Amino acid sequence: MALLEVKDLDVGFCTPEGEVHAVNKLNFSLKAGDALAIVGESGSGKTQTVMALMGLLADNGRVNGQALFKGEDLLKMSTTELNKHRGREIAMIFQDPLTSLNPYLRIGKQMIEVVRHHQGLSKAEARAHAVEMLRAVRIPDPERRLRQYPHEFSGGMRQRVMVAMGLLCEPDLLIADEPTTALDVTVQVQISHLMGELRKKSNTAIILITHDLGVVAGLCERVLVMYAGEAVECGSAEQIFYDPRHPYTQGLLESVPRLDRPDDKELHAIPGNPPNLLSLPKGCKFRDRCPKAHEACKDKPPMQLTEDRHAYRCFLSGPA
Amino acid sequence: MNDRVLRVQDLTVDFTVREGGLVRPKTYVLKAVNGVSFDLNAGETLGIVGESGCGKSTLARALLALIKPSRGRVLWMGEDLNKLDEEALRKKREDLQIVFQDPLAALNPRMTVRDIIAEPLWTFFPKIARVQVDERVRGMMKMVGLLPNQVNRYPHEFSGGQCQRIGIARALVLNPKLVVCDEPVSALDVSIQAQIINLLKSLQKKLNLSLVFIAHDLSVVKHISDRVMVMYLGRAMEISYRDHLYKRPLHPYTSALIKAVPVPDPKLARSAVDTGLTGDMPSPLDPPSGCVFHSRCPYSVKRCQLEVPALRRMENGDWVACHRAEELDLTIKAC
Amino acid sequence: MTKSTENSVIDPFEAALSVRDVKGRAPWEDAWHRLLKNRAAVYSAFIMAIMLLLVVFGPMLISWESDFTDWDHTSSPPSVESGHWFGTDAVGRDILVRTLEGGRISLLVGLVATIVSLLIGVSYGAVAGYFGGPTDRMMMRVVDIIYALPFMFFVILLMVVFGRHILFIFLAIGAVNWLDMARIVRGQTLSLKNTEFVEAARACGVGDWAIIRRHIIPNLLGLVIVYATLTIPQVILLESFLSFLGLGVQEPMSSWGALVADGVQDMESAPWTLIVPAVFLTITLYCFNYIGDGLRDAFDPKDRL
Repeated sequence: MALLEVKDLDVGFCTPEGEVHAVNKLNFSLKAGDALAIVGESGSGKTQTVMALMGLLADNGRVNGQALFKGEDLLKMSTTELNKHRGREIAMIFQDPLTSLNPYLRIGKQMIEVVRHHQGLSKAEARAHAVEMLRAVRIPDPERRLRQYPHEFSGGMRQRVMVAMGLLCEPDLLIADEPTTALDVTVQVQISHLMGELRKKSNTAIILITHDLGVVAGLCERVLVMYAGEAVECGSAEQIFYDPRHPYTQGLLESVPRLDRPDDKELHAIPGNPPNLLSLPKGCKFRDRCPKAHEACKDKPPMQLTEDRHAYRCFLSGPA
Repeated sequence: MNDRVLRVQDLTVDFTVREGGLVRPKTYVLKAVNGVSFDLNAGETLGIVGESGCGKSTLARALLALIKPSRGRVLWMGEDLNKLDEEALRKKREDLQIVFQDPLAALNPRMTVRDIIAEPLWTFFPKIARVQVDERVRGMMKMVGLLPNQVNRYPHEFSGGQCQRIGIARALVLNPKLVVCDEPVSALDVSIQAQIINLLKSLQKKLNLSLVFIAHDLSVVKHISDRVMVMYLGRAMEISYRDHLYKRPLHPYTSALIKAVPVPDPKLARSAVDTGLTGDMPSPLDPPSGCVFHSRCPYSVKRCQLEVPALRRMENGDWVACHRAEELDLTIKAC
Repeated sequence: MTKSTENSVIDPFEAALSVRDVKGRAPWEDAWHRLLKNRAAVYSAFIMAIMLLLVVFGPMLISWESDFTDWDHTSSPPSVESGHWFGTDAVGRDILVRTLEGGRISLLVGLVATIVSLLIGVSYGAVAGYFGGPTDRMMMRVVDIIYALPFMFFVILLMVVFGRHILFIFLAIGAVNWLDMARIVRGQTLSLKNTEFVEAARACGVGDWAIIRRHIIPNLLGLVIVYATLTIPQVILLESFLSFLGLGVQEPMSSWGALVADGVQDMESAPWTLIVPAVFLTITLYCFNYIGDGLRDAFDPKDRL
């Protein structure tokens, strides 16, 4: 049974400039222990998707569709019901650990609060659990660290604390929103490793949101590529990286500078600018920037599906 | 090709940091940049890579004399920038320009694109005619890939990539000879990064610019640099020709950085990456003794803890600061 | 549809064709539109506009003069037959006319004192904040010292030495209000000083004064306008307070504060003498506060104040 099933998710915002459709009819599912990457750039809607799932949308946002977590629709839950799941069964890590942790509270207090709230442990038990978690994320001298404040940790360690907090209650699903973007490369490696290990150990499903294709390749088996609020391609990591079908995915992969490619060639850039959600083209939203656009693209392209579950939204078919 | 334009000698920038209470405040000296030396030739691109706290941003500003160094010299065309008086230094700024990391923050939100790009012109040629200014501004916009009819628009009406183009236009409007780019693509979407990198490369060729390109991303630097300098805690660890560095780095830190870069290839990425590094980055306020990298280096020996390695020249023209550079073979396998 | 070539966004052909310049949308235009959506602010502005017209033109249109004493109708309540729509005071002067003329003084004080404090405060704060170091420290110490002086004492001193001329009311109030503005502007300047566009200007060799003029001050204007709008009611209230204490404008000139002071005396027998000026004063204070709040919301959050 699927752990999470998202059906026809729609997220919109009422802004003074008009209605913004951040996410349009998004569908995806996740089984226990899966690792899914949602890849996209600004305006893709990747962050708003998970904000909607977690009930963290801004006041002027509205959601439609279904998000079935273990059979129950997250989108229809009240805040109290949602709180029972948040932190315990679904945990979220944000991009900037500096702003996600309360600078006025000691780390220990913040961690213990989470555990006690969800699992009703005594203070001593919660403390022991927190120490164990800090050790699992390889923070040296965890007992002493519990008594410290966030600013006394380096960026990488703070993010590890966030991972520890996310995993404290052994959630079934961990949502990580650009967890390594603000970190140095050498720390990124550590965090990616960590998430991979912990996933194997506790069979936690992971949704990783990022624009960094390198991190995706190392951690996730399935990849969902979004553009202008829609899913444009979805498949296994091998399919996406070795056989990208949608011109946007192809363009992304070509424009990323890579160490393993010869360097004198010019980088293949995707022309144009990121989508302005207030004025999207009709039909295929990518057609203004697509090198392969043609007449038919004035209409909405269908979602094509190959035999091995590789889906892409384009009129063109076949490999690049 | 040996027309050297920039020579940096033993550049050091110290900051005093005061910590602690009223009774016994502790004063630390933070050596943001510590004894960095290198040369730059006309038309050459030097990439500077390092992680947070390595001092690359401070170095960028010291190169342009926006920060005064505590020690060392920055020689531009043979002249020491910090020995010039204010007016002479100001005149030199025509040749020395900078492009910033945050494209939108680098533009005054209350000025139109025309005014932003024209400001350097007004500053250096106060008597210049409006028509001339307008012509030049439009020319610059075309050169960086912006539609000239957007001159009256304001920064917030543009995307990140376009704002960075405006920043580049402003930096180039005076025909400088050196442009320091401080992480110019870090804040941009991946697909736009490629556009800006390509733009910088083509402009460099066209205008024969010398570029100092600062980034934390080794893959980006690889595409644009002739030589690469790797920094750690304020020191230059290695300065090598690009092809040498990426195939066979001389310094263990460089090798770790290269190994740590996530490759967008599932088969390659899944094999466990071992950078070889132990521990965390030490605090710049309290750096390790001897070689600042020794506390994390998989190859460190006793000598590394006691003696600071000097930046020395190897036979192939690369420079490295490591006691064991000759012995170690850090060739990158299978890339 | 023309396709872009490689990595340049424009087709050279297209560039040659589209000669017409696009009009830009200045940051303040966005703020203006946001302000117009704020109903409280718009209504308040409307009411203030009417108030302004009333106080400027009202007394000319009313048949009574402010110093005319109508002996037949002393302390008479508002009535249409007597011609005194808002009644008269103890001496028989028409309340409406007095209130409107008092309004002239109150609003004038509000406006002028605010402008004075603005001019002094902004330049002082911007210079102190921008140059920093010992200059800043010294300048702000001066501010601290003046701040510490007891305001009442200062005003009484001025009044005693120079007499109760209306000019000195302006001076006294202006002398105190610029301090707050200077502090706020200095704080904002400190943060603006470190922005990248100021750094970029320095890297282009732009001189200090040009930076202050072109980069710092325009980016302060949002904050300054909000603060100035909120200062006006403060100043009016302050003047009212002074008048209430008997230190404000001298007869026959009057202000709302002075009228309220007079009205309090006759509160029981002739309440309209208190209520009318009080209502005008209160409406004005509310309106400026709503406008100020509206401006603040309009300038936040996207714009850099």
